[in-house]
Amino acid sequence: MSMPYLEFLRGELGPGLLDGLWVSLVVIAPSALLGGLIGLTAGVLRVYGPRPVRWLTECYVSLFRGTPLVVQVFFWYFALPYIRVGGHGIVLDPIPAAILSFALCSGAYQSEYIRGGLNSIKRGQIRAALALGMTTRQAVTSVVLPQAFRRALPGCGNEIIYLIKYSSLASIITVNELTGTATTIAKNSWRNIEVFCTLGVFYLLLVTVATGLLRLLENSLSVPGFERPQS
Amino acid sequence: MSEATPILEARSLVKILGGNRVLENVSLDIGRGRVKVLIGPSGAGKSTLLQCLNFLIPPDSGHILLEGREVEKTSKRELCAFRQQVGMIFQDFNLFDHLSALENVRVALMKVKGMSKLEATERAVAELKRVGLADKATLYPANLSGGQKQRVAIARALAMDPKVMLLDEPTSALDPELIGEVLTVIRDLAQAGMTMILATHQISFSASLADEFIFMERGRIVEQGSPADLLARGAQSRTQAFCSKISELTGESGQSGQSGESGQSGESGQSGESGKAGAERRL
Ligand SMILES: Nc1ncnc2c1ncn2[C@@H]1O[C@H](COP(=O)(O)OP(=O)(O)O)[C@@H](O)[C@H]1O
Ligand SMILES: [Mg+2]
Repeated sequence: MSMPYLEFLRGELGPGLLDGLWVSLVVIAPSALLGGLIGLTAGVLRVYGPRPVRWLTECYVSLFRGTPLVVQVFFWYFALPYIRVGGHGIVLDPIPAAILSFALCSGAYQSEYIRGGLNSIKRGQIRAALALGMTTRQAVTSVVLPQAFRRALPGCGNEIIYLIKYSSLASIITVNELTGTATTIAKNSWRNIEVFCTLGVFYLLLVTVATGLLRLLENSLSVPGFERPQS
Repeated sequence: MSEATPILEARSLVKILGGNRVLENVSLDIGRGRVKVLIGPSGAGKSTLLQCLNFLIPPDSGHILLEGREVEKTSKRELCAFRQQVGMIFQDFNLFDHLSALENVRVALMKVKGMSKLEATERAVAELKRVGLADKATLYPANLSGGQKQRVAIARALAMDPKVMLLDEPTSALDPELIGEVLTVIRDLAQAGMTMILATHQISFSASLADEFIFMERGRIVEQGSPADLLARGAQSRTQAFCSKISELTGESGQSGQSGESGQSGESGQSGESGKAGAERRL
């Protein structure tokens, strides 16, 4: 307990966590993007898909919302290699395994918000679009989705905030992101309080920045009738 | 095309919904510049008929012809082309909520007609002007009154240059003081020679406009003729009985908003009743 905190931060903890932060971003950004895409697709399919497809997407969502994320992470990293497809197991590196887990789980939740958004758009607007000569696809892409997206955005944004926090789970499959790095530093330095408090501050900053960006997006899309609910 | 060919013709439309024969062999046609008015108690099948006419509800059997050519409903492309030529106005406006008045009018011009943004904007501005809303172009549906929303919806339909307009109780969802501005637009349209089929409970207004009244009941056309004939004192027509019922109860202002949508579901089970009783219940 010799070195003062600032020196510890500057010399070891800070650079370590910055490296970890970078890895965290490498996990979070693709997970969020992929999760958003999966959520959008699954949400649309759950509302407009043909019956069997609807049923399949419902199963996907139930499965990934109904099991602990840790179990899913373990499955993709530890269990997948044992599933033999044509004699070959699929072995994923830690980071791709983490991204896959987070994207699939996040997508399941995102699809809930998208579905809610889609269902909140009255059928009459689709009828009006068709009556103007639009195809069903045009009606969905230029009338329904832009509205559903605005309605879903606050929920989807929240989900991304969750994602930032549960990305810490990647550390259990040896990804050296923020939490993984912090654990190692804590073990070596025995300065648990300082390490984990600082780690908390890093996540807080990450979440704050993400919240700000999401708010900017919401504001730029805001039109009368689609304002962010006052909180 | 000969002068006498109807713009739009429906032959023997049948529609069965939830086991009900909602349209029972309905045929009608309308010539260029004519105005036909559909009246009848709620649940008679007026909305279903209008939506069958542009295949928003595909009829179970029957044919629809535009200017003498049968519409091939299995071809998606032909359906879209057909619908562009048939404007539709809904009771509850159905404006696109995320688009301003101008964008509401413009969107199909760009997406469907493939106009450039500039061209579409010019056209949209002109149509909004025509319905008296030039100064509201930038407002969103959330900030428009019901009457203004319906006028935007009319401008949106007109921008597509339809050959015929179908209007389904365009004033039924409006507060009484807003009905006038929409009726004025409809009257202007009729005077400009627009071909229209209009479902409404605004009897005296539509009598002054219509070439023909079509009285529907339980999925059938039970009477049709000029308003003067059907409404003549002592005409003994079903139409007259129905219309005097409306004027008695509403002082000629037509029926108020709620009855349309909410009335429909309740109507389904009672096809055995006489139409008169149905009308009374409704009003
Ligand atoms: N989706 C549906 N399923 C079952 N019955 C329906 C459906 N839509 C309409 N109907 C019934 O069809 C009849 C005609 O309805 P509608 O065309 O809306 O009448 P109107 O416009 O004259 O009030 C009503 O009895 C209504 O209950
Ligand atoms: Mg109706």
